Amino acid sequence: MHIQEELSQRHVLSLTVSNEAGILARIAGLFTARGYNIDSLTVADITADHAISRITIVTSGPPKVVDQIIAQLERLVPVHKVTDLTEAGPFVERELALVKVAGVGEDRIEALRLADVFRAKVVDTTIESFIFEITGTTEKIDNFVGLMRQIGLIEVGRTGVVGLMRGKEAV
Amino acid sequence: MAEKSGADILVECLVDLGVEVVFGYPGGAVLPIYDALYNHPTIKHVLVRHEQGATHMAEGYARSTGRPGVVLVTSGPGATNAVTGITDALMDSIPMVVITGQVPTQLIGTDAFQEADTVGITRHCSKHNYLVKTPGKLAEVVHEAFHIATTGRPGPVVVDIPKNVQIATAPYRKPELKVHPSYRPQTKADAAAIDSAVEMLAAAERPILYTGGGVINSGPRGSALLRELAALTGAPVTSTLMGLGAFPASSDQWLGMLGMHGTYEANWAMNQADLILCIGARFDDRVTGRLDAFAPNARKIHIDIDRSSINKTVDVDLPIVADVASALDDMIALWKQRGHRASALGEWWARIEGWRAVRSLDYAEDGKDIMPQRAIADLYKACAASGKDVIITTEVGQHQMWAAQHFGFEAPNKWLTSGGLGTMGYGFPAAIGAQMGNPDSLTVCIAGDASIQMNIQEMGTATQYRLPVKILILNNEYMGMVRQWQELTYESRYSNSYSDSLPDFVKLGEAYGWAGIRIERPDELEAGLREMIDTPGPVIVDCRVAKLSNCFPMIPSGASHTDMLLDPKQIAGVMSDEAKALV
Repeated sequence: MHIQEELSQRHVLSLTVSNEAGILARIAGLFTARGYNIDSLTVADITADHAISRITIVTSGPPKVVDQIIAQLERLVPVHKVTDLTEAGPFVERELALVKVAGVGEDRIEALRLADVFRAKVVDTTIESFIFEITGTTEKIDNFVGLMRQIGLIEVGRTGVVGLMRGKEAV
Repeated sequence: MAEKSGADILVECLVDLGVEVVFGYPGGAVLPIYDALYNHPTIKHVLVRHEQGATHMAEGYARSTGRPGVVLVTSGPGATNAVTGITDALMDSIPMVVITGQVPTQLIGTDAFQEADTVGITRHCSKHNYLVKTPGKLAEVVHEAFHIATTGRPGPVVVDIPKNVQIATAPYRKPELKVHPSYRPQTKADAAAIDSAVEMLAAAERPILYTGGGVINSGPRGSALLRELAALTGAPVTSTLMGLGAFPASSDQWLGMLGMHGTYEANWAMNQADLILCIGARFDDRVTGRLDAFAPNARKIHIDIDRSSINKTVDVDLPIVADVASALDDMIALWKQRGHRASALGEWWARIEGWRAVRSLDYAEDGKDIMPQRAIADLYKACAASGKDVIITTEVGQHQMWAAQHFGFEAPNKWLTSGGLGTMGYGFPAAIGAQMGNPDSLTVCIAGDASIQMNIQEMGTATQYRLPVKILILNNEYMGMVRQWQELTYESRYSNSYSDSLPDFVKLGEAYGWAGIRIERPDELEAGLREMIDTPGPVIVDCRVAKLSNCFPMIPSGASHTDMLLDPKQIAGVMSDEAKALV
């Protein structure tokens, strides 16, 4: 007997939640308990009184599973609202990465040239290394990191995705 | 304002919330609360023998009275012992508030004596939980906990209170009910959806009402409205295990329970229906059988208060997120307003009668052994003859299914069983809890010889509080359902399913101050059951039944509603790995 898996699709979910102890564990635990995927998860409080946090989750699954993920998230008592940005209309998503690259001579020049193409900033430098700061979509960062790997990638730190709907309305 | 200790605030909240009974067990981290409860004039504390017992008692109390069950246990092992009952209440949507003691706040995280991460452990087996770190927050949290436990889809809520928070003081004022910033369950259905549902129901040629525990959770009104809708439409009614009693078993429109051990007529009617109106049920795997063969020609309407239950396993044509009673009320009003009449369902009923004629619940008797089905049927007769209000609880296994099949339930809140989690050890404490809430009712726990032993220590609790619960053990010296599956799927290799070294249940009863009765032959059954009912005080009955009986009909794992096994002769010796891998 073999276990079969269904085709998945990537979704960016934006949640507003009460900023209380254990909320992140509640959400992360829901994903593990029910066997859902988390590709990335970001959280930070977003109101002046620190009462509400926004959590952005990139998940993947067949449409029915994603619908169930949203319903299960909405069921949690401290969750105010869940928006599937992927379904709700045009939206902007960004991720920030810090990329450390080491090299000398031509590699160094090539790294700077590519960073310029990707509009990455140099935020730290030594004679033999750079740390680049780059923002953009997950795909853009993947591409940049992929190129740097060929030059001399040392390590990467990524924030995970945040996203907002386009236009003047709040989600 | 005069300040009160956290323990006093908690007890005052319980009084304000109308709590009359608390099931609990003291320990170091709840001593201040126990002191506040000492000789309390209105709150009765039931001292259990094990914390799991307390949780099931609270469930039994809640399910039979409609009021939330309250549990009070200490930190560490007290809390971890309660986890099974909390999970059980979550799966079966039982309103329950569990108060756990915790080590003082400054010791949290230090592996202190009797410390456990209670909020961490119960986070995913409770509807919600709280760790209260200051007495000033306690009143608000306790009131909110009861609100969350009892509204929307009911469930268990855990409130973890460190010992120093129980002792520290704060002013107490009964909190005002305010709108919760994020918890607002939808109870009123969308009017357009109700309109579509009514028209679909009026146009259906082969409708069926598939009802579940949500009808009972919706209160007595939910059951009354279900009966009204059934009368208006003339549609057949089936129910899940959790929904038994919402619709009277004596009605001509009643098809019996559906699903794995449901009746032939209920499962075939589900398979052949052109419209399924699911009311407060959740298309559980025990109900649907093989999903791709489930009700292939039916349009499906699903009324559920929990949106995540809709389209979870079965895709439906019309979702209605609402409380059952509210949605049925709206549907009935619109049905009448439109002047709909019951459709001519004669052809549909004729087919149903054909399935009924199979008599799938019949069983053979040899006159030598007591058939377990006969024991249930005779218990039903004896209970009906007693003229008393009867509450039946069960453990989990074959006896549970036989009880569901052969006991006729007429009213809601009279049938208490562990459906979702399938917890052996549920039934007996649930009977104690039900008896606490319904002192004048005849409360009978139908048990198996194996599952009764899972919480048998609670016999002392029944003795202490003079609760006249009855335990009817259908003793076949096996974990019967495990043995049945081993017979069906593992060529009768009975690995560890024989109940060796059983106690003498009659003597055990006597040891606890109960009456004990043994029934061994069919001709003793009727009198034995009558004696059980007529004997005042708690009674344990060891009823020796046929050892190798199987529970039929049965839809085997991975099969569809139309592939029911009706008797042992149809059993295949070996199953495919795909079928074995299903639960």
